[in-house]
Amino acid sequence: MSIVLEHVTYTYSPDTAYEIHALKDVNLEIKDGQFIGLIGHTGSGKSTLVQHLNGLVKATSGHIYFNGEDIYAPGYDMRKLRSKVGLVFQYPEHQLFEVDVLSDVCFGPKNQGLSQEEAQKRAREALRMVGLSEEYEKQSPFELSGGQKRRVAIAGVLAMEPEVLILDEPTAGLDPRGRDEILDEISYLHKERGITVILVSHSMEDVAKYVERIIVMNQGEVLHDGAPREVFRHYKELESVGLAAPQVTYIMHTLKERGFDADEDATTIEEAKETILEAFRKKGKKI
Amino acid sequence: MIRDITLGQYYPAESILHRLDPRVKLTGTVAFLVGLFLIKGWPGYVAATIFLFIMIRISKVPFRFIVRGLKTIFIILLITLVFNLFLTPGDRILVQIWKLRITDKGLYTAVFMAVRLIYLIIGSSLMTLTTTPNDLTDGLETLLSPLKKIHVPVHEISMMMSIALRFIPILLEETDKIMKAQMARGADFEHGNLIQRAKNLVPLLVPLFISAFRRANDLAMAMEARCYRGGEGRTKMKPLIYARRDYFAYGILVLFLAVIIALRILL
Repeated sequence: MSIVLEHVTYTYSPDTAYEIHALKDVNLEIKDGQFIGLIGHTGSGKSTLVQHLNGLVKATSGHIYFNGEDIYAPGYDMRKLRSKVGLVFQYPEHQLFEVDVLSDVCFGPKNQGLSQEEAQKRAREALRMVGLSEEYEKQSPFELSGGQKRRVAIAGVLAMEPEVLILDEPTAGLDPRGRDEILDEISYLHKERGITVILVSHSMEDVAKYVERIIVMNQGEVLHDGAPREVFRHYKELESVGLAAPQVTYIMHTLKERGFDADEDATTIEEAKETILEAFRKKGKKI
Repeated sequence: MIRDITLGQYYPAESILHRLDPRVKLTGTVAFLVGLFLIKGWPGYVAATIFLFIMIRISKVPFRFIVRGLKTIFIILLITLVFNLFLTPGDRILVQIWKLRITDKGLYTAVFMAVRLIYLIIGSSLMTLTTTPNDLTDGLETLLSPLKKIHVPVHEISMMMSIALRFIPILLEETDKIMKAQMARGADFEHGNLIQRAKNLVPLLVPLFISAFRRANDLAMAMEARCYRGGEGRTKMKPLIYARRDYFAYGILVLFLAVIIALRILL
């Protein structure tokens, strides 16, 4: 079970003055159960890329295989694909439309052909998962706060019980606390349910803490693909394409340059703490 | 899918037509449309075709791009064609199928009506393709400014127009986005009967209206924050000033109308 992209190229408005090459020969394999961070500067093609994964955008050329099946093959059931690959758009709260929270979250499951009871059951589960209690169910989604609206929208996709969950900048415009809460919940989901998660973001800091693999996009091409520590080794290159490594990477590299024997590949504050303490311990022994 | 709509869209390019004063282009378009209705018989159409062809060539807008705008009026075009073809009474009957008959006059009117409609659309879309919405409303405001004397709120009308035009691409993009977001949740906008399809539009229309109101509200706030209070005493950063090429363009327009009128009288 995986998603494989082969030579995927996508061009907006071909043959006009507005022509943009959003994706250029992208080759990727997304394995089951991975937690992936998709990073790139604004306009690097990351949003376009994730819309390919559930067939909302059709590649100009190239192939995409979901669980071994070519999704562009004639007769392929796109709606089935979309219920397996859940995509939460940027600012998903703008898609809310129902009179109350519960019915809005039910929209996806109902489209999957579930009965009213089954859809409501799934919707309730999804709402609990994003941390919204029963009291919100009968409220209008338009009366909630920004962070709550976003949770409802994310629940709307979760209720479809996708195998792959893609979130396009789920924390944009949220305060630090809301951001951490949502990311923690997603991480919990990944661990509990074992679903594949693709997190689109332009913040390395956010991503470094959670993901096991980072894909860096630049101008429609995959620039780097690997574990966070491997990718952050290229921090100078990341800077040149308008991104930055986490603060920790900079500190660790500076320490290394000054002759301090700590692991410069530490990507989170926790790891950095460990390796710095370790280095002090070693030093202490030597003296 | 929605990107195909070109009516009212601007096509950036470097051409003399792009650089012309918007007032010239506006009057030019009106003159061309009036010219089209003055035409009687094929010589006039030949003249209009030549004129339009030259304009398209010097505008440097790809021909395919202009023709794409015709897609939206295809149905209207077809209806006009069919009605004129079958319902115009005439002396000579060319074809008769059951009660429907095509007369020589019907054929003649149908063809010329279709050509006229196509030229109408091409002519006016050529103006919007070569003029930015801001220039267009600026031009319109200046052209209509005499109406201020009889208390027509010209500035307000043109401001509303420019805002409306500005919002077309934004709302189209928004529609595209919401459509995709709902499709990701399993919504289906393409299948089912008419009632079913109308029902399926609710998840698209509600968020769209909400976002339109939100945007309007934000814009009003931003305008007030910059002390906007209507057209009274308002000056422009780039006032419209005629250049030599504009007078030259007016000359060509007069020539075009003269040719059309001459052809109408002489032939």
